[in-house]
Amino acid sequence: MSGLLMPKADDATMARREAIIAALKTIVPGEGVVDATNAMRVFESDALTAYRQLPLVVVLPQTVAQVSQVLKYCHENNVKVVPRGSGTSLSGGALPLEDAVLLVMSRFNQILEIDYPNRVAVVQPGVTNLGITKAVEHEGFYYAPDPSSQIACSIGGNVAENSGGVHCLKYGLTANNVLGLEMVLISGEVIRLGGKHLDTEGYDLLGLMTGSEGLLGVVTEVTVRILQKPTTARALMVGFPTSEQAGKCVADIIAAGIIPGGMEMMDRPAIHAAEDFVHAGYPLEVEALLIIELDGPSVEVDHLINMVETIARENGASTCVVSQNEEERMVFWAGRKAAFPAVGRISPDYLCMDGTIPRKELPKVLAGMRRLSETYGLRVANVFHAGDGNLHPLILYDANVPEELAKAEAFGADILRLCVEVGGVLTGEHGVGVEKRDLMPVMFNDVDLNQQIRVKCAFDEKHLLNPGKVFPQLHRCAELGRMHVHRGKLPFPDIPRF
Amino acid sequence: MTIFSPQTEGEIVDAVQWALSENAPVEVIGHGSKRLLGRPLQTEHTIALSSYSGVTLYEPDELVLSAKAGTPIAELESLLAANGQAFQFEPMDYGPLLAQPSGKGSLGGLLATNLCGPRRLKYGSARDHVLGVRVVSGRGELFKSGGRVVKNVTGYDLSKGMASSWGTLGIATEITVKVLPAPETETTLVVRGLTDDEAARAMAMAMGSSGEVASAAHLPANVAPRVIEGQLTGEAATLLRLEGFAPSVNDRAIMLKGLLASAGTIHEISRKTSRRLWREVRDVIPFADGTERPVWRVSMVPMEAYKLVASLRMGAAVDAFYDWQGGLVWLRMEGEPEAEAVRALIRKYGGGHATLVRASVSVRAALPVFEPQPAPLAALSKRLKQQFDPSGILNPGRMVAGV
Repeated sequence: MSGLLMPKADDATMARREAIIAALKTIVPGEGVVDATNAMRVFESDALTAYRQLPLVVVLPQTVAQVSQVLKYCHENNVKVVPRGSGTSLSGGALPLEDAVLLVMSRFNQILEIDYPNRVAVVQPGVTNLGITKAVEHEGFYYAPDPSSQIACSIGGNVAENSGGVHCLKYGLTANNVLGLEMVLISGEVIRLGGKHLDTEGYDLLGLMTGSEGLLGVVTEVTVRILQKPTTARALMVGFPTSEQAGKCVADIIAAGIIPGGMEMMDRPAIHAAEDFVHAGYPLEVEALLIIELDGPSVEVDHLINMVETIARENGASTCVVSQNEEERMVFWAGRKAAFPAVGRISPDYLCMDGTIPRKELPKVLAGMRRLSETYGLRVANVFHAGDGNLHPLILYDANVPEELAKAEAFGADILRLCVEVGGVLTGEHGVGVEKRDLMPVMFNDVDLNQQIRVKCAFDEKHLLNPGKVFPQLHRCAELGRMHVHRGKLPFPDIPRF
Repeated sequence: MTIFSPQTEGEIVDAVQWALSENAPVEVIGHGSKRLLGRPLQTEHTIALSSYSGVTLYEPDELVLSAKAGTPIAELESLLAANGQAFQFEPMDYGPLLAQPSGKGSLGGLLATNLCGPRRLKYGSARDHVLGVRVVSGRGELFKSGGRVVKNVTGYDLSKGMASSWGTLGIATEITVKVLPAPETETTLVVRGLTDDEAARAMAMAMGSSGEVASAAHLPANVAPRVIEGQLTGEAATLLRLEGFAPSVNDRAIMLKGLLASAGTIHEISRKTSRRLWREVRDVIPFADGTERPVWRVSMVPMEAYKLVASLRMGAAVDAFYDWQGGLVWLRMEGEPEAEAVRALIRKYGGGHATLVRASVSVRAALPVFEPQPAPLAALSKRLKQQFDPSGILNPGRMVAGV
């Protein structure tokens, strides 16, 4: 592993491996426990393939009772657990640990209930994101968050990562579309948060769970909102001579009160790579390309297309094409959606970064990246969810050149530092995982991080769930429990008292 | 008795540190507009954030606003309106229901009680719009979480953790929220004469259509006259709000009239009156009667909620109306709160929760104001409280005894 330090494997656990396997086999009979090295290979990494590790053992439970018993056993016996959905995490959230049970939720693949009058679906966590939409689309409904891996990623994983997608400015993230969860705590206790009704009483544990990267509990059931599919969608493809003009166009669209369904930007290297790959008809002489999609009733879409076209021309668009039919709309998107593999064609390897910035800072950040690109001697292409400020720089490198991965990672870290410096954040949708774990102090000080770890302590005092992820250093809960109060002095000697 | 009125974040930290050193529980308030909500407190000391006020960042193009916790919601709404924007989640004002002045709530209270309104179905509540917080925990430590951008999964979302925590975990000092364009126009379709169950079906049909209905409420015949100065007197009124750009609103209104033609007679309430109508539904004006008669706020599955009301009516005198496609029930009891009966029926009809939002102090002290939680969940909530406020000095017992 390139420079990544994971918690040291516990020798005592490793020595008990056979006993742990035997115990798990009594809980999950049949094929549900995988312990042969060859069979475990498929689980050794997630979509962050630079890192690989065989787990202690893999368990694939099929019932909530089994999940509960597995966790209870691990809790009582101090065995670490790494939960995993479809393994599509881009940040190593499901990277196994040598001394941890890998708890794979893929057999929880049933849609339990679809309730159209109340517009909810109740599903098991292993159902894919797209699987929900597929189950309801014949009635004109869909599930709104659409991460690009939606064909493979599981809804349980979406909850763990608070996944977004290109439509999230208008339709929200996973957190805004999940109404309820059933989950199992590391103690084995099963709890329910929310349900088919709206909101929960008490603390917003649903909000804390969403995006908690498998460190707080294991989700066993998810209740999601389903929405009526918009009747019409049309897109504009707009090219600009500079990224500043494209950025101004985006700001003006929003200032006009328009929230497009999707609004994507690509820079020159990304445009060229995509066009060479899929021939979407992208203009090659522009510095920035916007794809803007309006969705809703056709009358509204036509109205807004005209407004957006006017705004684009006022901002100096050098090309502006409006899709006239569904086929054309798909062609506009084809290049953007193929941007990652397109970059994969022009470079042996690439790293996909994921910062978010205030939109107005885009020109500054792009300029900073160009400078860094020269310093590191590595190319970078950019795709940008322009509506919400989520930036995906793709750093091109060759893993066969010694030290180039390390160089690319250092370049990526510098980009994320730049994002934080301009008021943004380390990760918009890919999660912290192991990838950005050691950068957390760039954004948070010790007090900030310790309070987050205290949340972890309320759920999992022994730090058994997914250790080594998210936090650069996991302080022991007992240590964090100490209070530091400077006693004795009464503040505000001069304020009025009653 | 001490009232702290901190002017700076440092003074908020000092006040909490003082409370810790004295082991003296404090009540945390903004302007005190929600003191009559929740369980009554018996603390000797108060930290009032009303002087910690002001907008610290507002960038309309970036759809983001930050302000100090004591900033009045009314002030923020005026600022947003001047820029053609709004809090899309439409925070309600409890003032009228509690016989208190209107427009007194603060941004801190908005998040602490997770306010929302009739657009809840489509746009969520405060927790769906908060992007970042600065907080002084019950340990007297200042921490931050989140940021100023919409898309952010860096660390746990403690901003949401502060939502609906009623000031028991920490004092949010500064809050950053997503703001959105205010709709260009709106209109409301009114279907007359539906029973509660017919209304539930009609609202489900409308919400499940391509009409993009922003809000759906049902006022039974005895409640309908109590809004917009009696303009809806006569029959029950089922309300469907459409918002957005004018051509789109007109088009969807025509579509929905066709869809619901067989449900009952339909008329339309235009923009200005529509705005007023929804504000009155939002603020529970039909039950703003200046009394302390118990009022429940009940959240259930929309197609089940009317069954709760029907069952209750068999045993007690109740008055009810519905928002959120029928899933939010405002219930006014003519006599006792009947807490056990209400909650048992909620469990019977698909689950949900009931909050006793209005009752006398003695009733709120004696009854569980918030929905009681199953043991493992209650234990987890208690552990979370201990992690933020181990000495139990912030609003102790505001939600549940011991938390």
